[in-house]
Amino acid sequence: MYKKLFFSLILLGVISFLAISCGSEGVKKDEPAVDINELTKSQPETKGAEVKETDIQITHPLNKDWIASGKSIYELKCQPCHKLNEEKLVGPGWKDVTKRRSAVWIMNMITNTDYMLDKDPEAQKLLELCMVRMPNQNLSLEDARQVLEFQRSNDGEK
Amino acid sequence: MNKSSKLIAIITVAVASVMIGCKPRGAQSAVSGDAAQKTYVAPGKYDEFYDFVSGGFSGQMSVYGLPSGRLFRVIPVFSVDPEKGYGYSEETKAMLNTSHGYVPWDDLHHIALSETNGVQDGRWVFGNGNNTPRIARVDLKTFRTAEIIEIPNSAGNHSSPFITENSEYVVAGTRFSVPLDNTNGDVPINTYKQNFKGTVSFIRVDTSGRMNIAFQIQTPGVNFDLARAGKGKSHGWVFFSCYNSEKANTLLEVNASQRDKDFIMCVNWKKAEGYVKAGKAEKRTVAYAHNVYSEVTHSATSEIEKEVLVLDPKNCPDMVYFMPCPKSPHGCDTDPSGEYIVGSGKLAAVIPVFSFTKIQKAITDKNYDGDYDGIPVLKYESVLHGEVQKPGLGPLHTEFDADGNAYTSFFVSSEIVKWRISDLKVLDRVPTYYSVGHLSVPGGPTRKPWGKYVIAYNKITKDRYLPTGPELAQSAQLYDISGEKMKLLLDFPTIGEPHYAEAIPADLIVKNSQKIYKIEDNQNPFAAKGDANARVERKGNEVHAYITAIRSHFTPDNIEGVKLGDVVYFHVTNLEQDWDIPHGFAVKGANNAELLIMPGETQTLAWKPDRVGVFPIYCTDFCSALHQEMQGYVRVSAPGSTVPITFSTGKNEPTGPIAQNK
Repeated sequence: MYKKLFFSLILLGVISFLAISCGSEGVKKDEPAVDINELTKSQPETKGAEVKETDIQITHPLNKDWIASGKSIYELKCQPCHKLNEEKLVGPGWKDVTKRRSAVWIMNMITNTDYMLDKDPEAQKLLELCMVRMPNQNLSLEDARQVLEFQRSNDGEK
Repeated sequence: MNKSSKLIAIITVAVASVMIGCKPRGAQSAVSGDAAQKTYVAPGKYDEFYDFVSGGFSGQMSVYGLPSGRLFRVIPVFSVDPEKGYGYSEETKAMLNTSHGYVPWDDLHHIALSETNGVQDGRWVFGNGNNTPRIARVDLKTFRTAEIIEIPNSAGNHSSPFITENSEYVVAGTRFSVPLDNTNGDVPINTYKQNFKGTVSFIRVDTSGRMNIAFQIQTPGVNFDLARAGKGKSHGWVFFSCYNSEKANTLLEVNASQRDKDFIMCVNWKKAEGYVKAGKAEKRTVAYAHNVYSEVTHSATSEIEKEVLVLDPKNCPDMVYFMPCPKSPHGCDTDPSGEYIVGSGKLAAVIPVFSFTKIQKAITDKNYDGDYDGIPVLKYESVLHGEVQKPGLGPLHTEFDADGNAYTSFFVSSEIVKWRISDLKVLDRVPTYYSVGHLSVPGGPTRKPWGKYVIAYNKITKDRYLPTGPELAQSAQLYDISGEKMKLLLDFPTIGEPHYAEAIPADLIVKNSQKIYKIEDNQNPFAAKGDANARVERKGNEVHAYITAIRSHFTPDNIEGVKLGDVVYFHVTNLEQDWDIPHGFAVKGANNAELLIMPGETQTLAWKPDRVGVFPIYCTDFCSALHQEMQGYVRVSAPGSTVPITFSTGKNEPTGPIAQNK
């Protein structure tokens, strides 16, 4: 019995040897796949981490320099869709936006647009209303803060 | 039959079937069982290599993924591309300027990826214009043609754009010898032997990528075919294959196939640089266009340059040597070590392999076999490493892996042959379907081949694809070379006719890939940065419309006051700053093309209305759910009309009696 078993084992060995030898030469599949997110980090496109309540300081009186640069950013990147009165164009008008929304919500909407449209119920309601995904306009955290100052000024804060 | 003999029988059958399963390797067997798995890149996954493939007579360059063979992009280079507005937009027209004026087509044969220390670095890819001699540089951050330089004293820029190991130079050898540009070209064609000359050009590439023609070398009137730079120990040399050493000017098929051996021309470019520095070059008056695309102004400029420095080997000893090579050599490829130069005589029965060390020794020993038009001819036997015997029929090109093996394409016998450089032994051969021309191994022409695959670029596909009338699909074939035996994995169709191609690991490109143009950096003089700058202005017969585009409207989208006879320039600025959100722009009846404007970019379409009426404009690139609403109107009035220029978005409501009727 042992002999037979031994013989069978040898045969099995031969089979597996044959199977291996004619099988798997070729392209290795086990190399790590390209991590596109890792690779595309060094880009001009800005996408901030989630803005936290504690990241923002709301100060009085308003910072005049920030209002001025916030206004020029608005004119370059926001104006085509947002009016300064209450009228909706592509997106909602900005009148009283700083009273309707928290500063942290506004900052996230500007710098983490896709995240907000995917996760935040209020942002999603606006998407249903406007039917156009708000574009990520590549604003840095500082840019967004200046836009917020301009919005506060537009809402009559001093 | 007892239990154990049953077992033995079963095992025997199993062995037999495994052995049968192992066997096939004939015509039917070209594709092995796991080929599909090896080329399958699952949805959402990335390919391992980018493959930059010449478009041949399409004039463009295409980008594929390997191993899937998926087409990602066609980069317009030498031919217009209405889809992208390339060659049609006011900003890109200058890219196709030449000393012959605007040339909207060419024949792109060869690819050269930039290198640092002999290794692909993923900065740029160069391509040659074969017909109206030009070299283009494509920036791999943007996958756009960044620069095109015309080559003077050249006719048929085939032997190009091969690159040196630190991208110091790309070279350009003329296929046709001709009377040079500064001589009287009005000569009888049969005075070829007196009046026709060849040139090879060395185009310097600076660290920003910018090209300029550093010098040319005037040569006897042969036809330059291909070239390769030396590397490692042979860095500082370039080897050019040439045919028609008979100097025939008609029926070359017969008349240029007389001599037993033609030449590979060896150029010591470091020496040439020295001669240029020493003032040995002659300044000649020529005219050639130099076109540069700026990523800041989003527009091209074209200058006609007037001078070129030419070295004559007569005045520059030890700079140029001819090396005999059997029967009209085509490919002329240096191995990764730089020691071996493989010549492929199109009609030769052997593949000669030359040794750089022996070339140096033959030069030192003046081991010459006479001269050719005053240029020393090295003795064949003295520079030969050896010949590959009976390799196949019609050898064309050779590439290399990192393990000392060479892969040569055979056009006539339709196969790729793998052989070992050291002992010149043929190791394996696989059929191609059909008539392979160029072949390429990722990193194959560099000091560091990445290996894994060889890709055959075929000249004939005949029965490989569903027929499409008289003109059939063009095709490439992917082979696995990671094992001892080459294995066919995949056929994939290509654009134009594929000649040379180079593949490069994806991560060398992906990390630099640009997503948007920053609107703040846009210095196109016609940009409208923000709606406050959107406007329409009349300047005599020109109407300039500065239009912004953002999801999903144009500002302005109602334009009036254009008159028949005006030329309207639509300067469209895409205000988006998000990846993958281009906008398009088209106007009815335009006699050119559309615009595709990338995020942050400004492009201009010129339009000459041909009749009075209202003309629609719209966005052609699906941008949002309300893309179909991204449209507007331009009113064109009769020449004498008094309708003033007006423009608006969202405000142009009826007034007067019509409004009251509402």
